[in-house]
Amino acid sequence: MISRLTRLVFGLLVTLCCGLPSAFAQFRVDVSGVGLTQVPIAFANFRDEQTSPQKIAAIVQADLERSGQFRGLAAGQVLDETSRPDISGFRQKGADALLTGSVTRLADGRYDVRFRLWDVVKSQDLGGASYAVVTGDLRLAAHRIADFVYEKLTGERGVFSTRVAYVTKSAQRFSLWIADADGENAQAALTSPEPIISPSWAPNGQQLAYVSFESRKPVVYVHDVSTGKRRVLANFRGSNSAPTWSPDGQRLAVTLSRDGGSQIYLIPAAGGEPQRLTQSNSIDTEPVFSPDGSAIYFVSDRGGSPQIYRMPAQGGPVQRVTFTGNYNISPSLSADGRWMAYISRVGGQYKLHVMDLNADKAQAITETSADERPSFAPNGRMLIYATQVQGREALMTTTLDGRITARLAGQSGDIREPHWGPFQNKMNSTKEN
Amino acid sequence: MKKFLLSCAVVLALAGCSSGVKLNDVPVEDKTGTTASTNDAPSSAQSGVTTVQAGKVSNIDPGPAGVGKVVYFDFDSFVIKAESQALIEAHARYLRADKNRRVSIEGHADDRGGREYNLALGQKRSEAVRKALGLLGVSDGQLEAVSFGKEKPAVPGNDEAAYAKNRRAEFNYR
Repeated sequence: MISRLTRLVFGLLVTLCCGLPSAFAQFRVDVSGVGLTQVPIAFANFRDEQTSPQKIAAIVQADLERSGQFRGLAAGQVLDETSRPDISGFRQKGADALLTGSVTRLADGRYDVRFRLWDVVKSQDLGGASYAVVTGDLRLAAHRIADFVYEKLTGERGVFSTRVAYVTKSAQRFSLWIADADGENAQAALTSPEPIISPSWAPNGQQLAYVSFESRKPVVYVHDVSTGKRRVLANFRGSNSAPTWSPDGQRLAVTLSRDGGSQIYLIPAAGGEPQRLTQSNSIDTEPVFSPDGSAIYFVSDRGGSPQIYRMPAQGGPVQRVTFTGNYNISPSLSADGRWMAYISRVGGQYKLHVMDLNADKAQAITETSADERPSFAPNGRMLIYATQVQGREALMTTTLDGRITARLAGQSGDIREPHWGPFQNKMNSTKEN
Repeated sequence: MKKFLLSCAVVLALAGCSSGVKLNDVPVEDKTGTTASTNDAPSSAQSGVTTVQAGKVSNIDPGPAGVGKVVYFDFDSFVIKAESQALIEAHARYLRADKNRRVSIEGHADDRGGREYNLALGQKRSEAVRKALGLLGVSDGQLEAVSFGKEKPAVPGNDEAAYAKNRRAEFNYR
């Protein structure tokens, strides 16, 4: 077992912005384990940042620290993207990198957010960009900056500007929320007196498929989150559930009971007649496509207990994937196809596991006992999942080794069914280099 | 369009809106819900989200008078117990008496395990009841077996007493 060494609490910034209820906000970060290497990065006070309702540099810092790969240092001075910083001074403070920038309110009410990243070790300008955004996109601009820094310093794409979907239940009201990957800026896409489960992002990051019970049965909808336009994808006789998109966004796999039992079907994203993929007398459900679209992983109790299996995406011969334990459900695959996250029941506890599909080796990565529904960040470096902490439902993010976890804090009521969305299209920017 | 699903905005729901839900419906364009903007941000915000509010569906047919509506199941079981036989026969008589009567059989699971897998388990329970009604001469067209999984527990709690009350199938007349 890894021992808890440090416990850091971040994200206690009070957002003074707008009159919105910020009930769903902030991930608190726990770092545990030994041998973590974290890049020390200094954050300057962005020039004129006080004109912005969002504290840009602080958002960037919290993003980077939540990844577990960075440790923030306060530069203690105002430096903008045109400043020539005293690099050797920052080197002496132990910083490997420095972020500078500014926020300017434009005549049309938008904000121009600019930044520059410095490699302090090599005394090198690593580039910057400027984003002209409306107030509602200031946080997005900050997340874009965090993505830029992450990519420059780790060589991998950042996921800070992605979004997550999840469901809350309070009294008898169910809500489907869309939030930034840091849990902030949560906005309701759907509210209903009946349950909502299984939200699943389309590869374009604009639409969600989900199961809503608002007509007193499970029906699959496809919902455009920015416009609120939605349509029924599957409302056949019986239950309709477990929607998941093919990587090209052209089709969805769903679980239908229209022919008796729970079986997996493919439906064109535009709607139409389902094509049956599984032919069993057992439960077949929770389909998910492999990243290349060639295979579908799913859960079946055909062997007597629920296990994860794999079949060609057009149906066909089925291979068993999990062999340890007698309750393995809710598979999710990393974008490179190497890792499979899933929930396994071990000694009566439901624990998030990560399997290396190349090595057929799996490991439980949490200390909680009621884990549910993992999904990967699009860069494959983190997972989001639901669990219970002190008897309350909670959403967590974790690195694949379980060393750095963060809890979405501050929410009221129950919170569940997370799904991490895909990379978003880049925002319009100038002089990104 | 049939009265497939008259769902209404919350405002209308307060005034009381009801609808019948027909079986065998095929996917149609959804006309439910209303949209409302949640934030003051200009619509040009890339990260903006529009909120849809789903309405409530209510029932018209109360079902057979004086007959229970719930069938309970053992742990990990989909077998109808002998004690439920009389209740199922009473529902079968009610349905046989009028071929226009429609019932939705809603399967439920206890709180342990994943939501989708429990949905499939609840489906097995509702289908067991549907098959039992079929054997008693009820026309299949009057029946729809659906599942709520673990989403609508009858009683809260994480002990065996609560679990036993939640492993069930309910008759819901339309």
